[in-house]
Amino acid sequence: MTQTIGAAHPEPPTVDQIEKLSLRQWRFTKSKQSQRIAAAWLVTPACALLLIFVIIPIVLTFVLAFTNAKLISPTGPQFVGFDNFARLFGDPLFWKSLRNTVLFAVFVVPVQAGLALVLALLINVKIRGVNFFRTVYFLPVVTSMVVVSLLWKLLYQPNGLINNFLAVFGIDGPDWLGNPNTALVSILVMSVWQGVGFHMVIWLSGLQTIPQDMYEAGAIDGAGNWQRFRYITWPALRQTRTFILITITIQAFALFTQIQVMTQGGPLDSTSTIVYQAVRVGFSLQQTGYASALSLVFFVLVLAVSLVQRYLTRDKDVKK
Amino acid sequence: MVSKPLKRLAVAGLAAALALSLAACGKGNSASSEAQTDANGTTTLKMWTHNAGNDKELGAINQIVADYNGSQSKYQVEVQAFPQESYNTSVTAAAASKSLPCILDVDGPNVPNWAWGGYLAPLDGLDDQIAKFLPSTVGEYNGKNYAVGYYDVALLMQARKSALVDNGIRIPTIDQPWTRDEFMSALAAIKAGGKFENTLDMQTGDPGEWWPYAFSPQLQSVGGDLINREDYKSADGVLNGPEAVEWANWFRSLTTDGYMPLKSGEDPGQDFLNGKTAILYNGSWGAAGARASGIADDVVFLPAVDLGNGPKIGGGSWQWAVSSGCAAPEGALDYMKFALQDKYVAAVAQAAGTIPATDAAAAMVPGYEAGGQDDIFRQFSKQFAQVRPVTPGYPFIATTFTKAAQDILNGADPQQALDQAVKEIDSNQQSNNYFQ
Repeated sequence: MTQTIGAAHPEPPTVDQIEKLSLRQWRFTKSKQSQRIAAAWLVTPACALLLIFVIIPIVLTFVLAFTNAKLISPTGPQFVGFDNFARLFGDPLFWKSLRNTVLFAVFVVPVQAGLALVLALLINVKIRGVNFFRTVYFLPVVTSMVVVSLLWKLLYQPNGLINNFLAVFGIDGPDWLGNPNTALVSILVMSVWQGVGFHMVIWLSGLQTIPQDMYEAGAIDGAGNWQRFRYITWPALRQTRTFILITITIQAFALFTQIQVMTQGGPLDSTSTIVYQAVRVGFSLQQTGYASALSLVFFVLVLAVSLVQRYLTRDKDVKK
Repeated sequence: MVSKPLKRLAVAGLAAALALSLAACGKGNSASSEAQTDANGTTTLKMWTHNAGNDKELGAINQIVADYNGSQSKYQVEVQAFPQESYNTSVTAAAASKSLPCILDVDGPNVPNWAWGGYLAPLDGLDDQIAKFLPSTVGEYNGKNYAVGYYDVALLMQARKSALVDNGIRIPTIDQPWTRDEFMSALAAIKAGGKFENTLDMQTGDPGEWWPYAFSPQLQSVGGDLINREDYKSADGVLNGPEAVEWANWFRSLTTDGYMPLKSGEDPGQDFLNGKTAILYNGSWGAAGARASGIADDVVFLPAVDLGNGPKIGGGSWQWAVSSGCAAPEGALDYMKFALQDKYVAAVAQAAGTIPATDAAAAMVPGYEAGGQDDIFRQFSKQFAQVRPVTPGYPFIATTFTKAAQDILNGADPQQALDQAVKEIDSNQQSNNYFQ
């Protein structure tokens, strides 16, 4: 914060001083000032949007979580203290949803990040046709999740494409989305397939910031492929890594669209997630207060996980 | 640190944002934005419908609106169509921001909830006209009519005639429907015949209102119900009693015995027409398509199965209502009066392939005249229809029942699943002070 625009003038010039300035100097000060005004104008719309669509709803959620607000009701909400939370922690469905959400995140984060890195390394080469592969890997990302979910729902049908393919090898595939043991895994595989392209591009951008001369120096020292990756690429990707880790985690925790389209939390709650429950409770069951409490718990959870990740991936070399 | 102009602007920006959002709320509270009067003195009334995915029915509705707009110059009705899946959410969101349209359609069982929540205004002055409608097409709550529909639909068993005849199965009639034993032996015989991939398809892949609409009548036919209808206070004993458990076991056995897929395909109606399915549990709306298909001669429409307590089917379909926040209620009621004419009831019912709500309209729709090929659906409706519980708690009950039934079909313990549903329903009814 010390390097703001104003730092050029530790002591703001008085009117007297400004009048004495030469034309050149005066112009300079003037342009600095108009820059500040322009900056303020540029930042205002973003602030206003954030306030309306993020901050106010979050504050509302915090307040509503302690009321018995209903989606449809002739009477207004009443303050009920921690009732919603007591009910929440006593609800087996909440614990199942939490378990599913955590399981999903625990598997999706390393798999998606790892696969994305492998793809990024593969396409970070200068050969003909590499753009074709970049496009192919990125295609699922630009396709809407709803569309992807609908298509994969068809693929996963008991007599769908996947099981027909398995049948060629004499394997009798399960009812992927209809079986509590395979439903969450099926959704996980699909989600990784859809999201991996995006993180591949982020990895790729990280890879391309690594100066070529580091690899040349490594080559002179006789480093092999693995050593080059281990001692040059991997450390140089630290910033990218942190970013990817945190974004995938948050994305994984917010698992909703796939569930809504493909399984509606079933079978036997095996794919129910916290966000799915919040939406179901808030809209289908019309219990806004309870849904807000769920969202609040979800918020705290994501915040805690992000903070832990920030701490674990902090820059340990920074001097105090 | 932050420069002065920046601070000032930021504050100004925040103030503007707040003012904007407050203004939006203020505008909503008056709710007058949904009925605007222009310079010629014509008031525009907004009208919402769930029919965006249904061209024929939407066409009929648009025709009524065009006729109405042409018949007078005081009001101009403007239709906005939504896809059915997101319709209820859109209405609730609009109600929360107090920007409901003047006229809207509503699924029958939701009428008490929306009336209780203050969304809907009673249809004052239309009682004489409404009296001519089938009782199941009228949305009544606390002794007042809040909504009325052009049509009802009837649940039925749509079956391949050859599958029944070839296996020596009696074709049931409205006076002598299948008993449960007959039904089960029919399923066994068709399955043994081996000609169909699915012996029975009850469209279990449909995630929406289909579950309570289609399966709670079966529960009632065994002897249970969604809630005790004496006082609508508790579901204890009816949704988790021995009859309900018996229904649950029967329901589950349909898949474990291999008669019915756990989750039906993307388009069960098409599966039936393509010869994959022998018996399809369907609504009367499927009749037109089946009769126009290549297997038209081989399709019969059978009454619902008598599971012990007589056949039961769900009553009440989409109905029309006037919102309470409408700035020009007299205009909305004027439109309703116009739109409820028999010729329009007939036109919409015909377009939607559904049962016309009035006798006069039924006489105008080919097939629904006495003795016509569709008259049987109207008979089903008159004899078997039972409306879903008339309580503002219905949406909660429906969602809870759907989850319980889905869990049961997937192998959850019936008694446990139903007990849990009862617990949740009772606590919701109670926490709303029984909607008194």
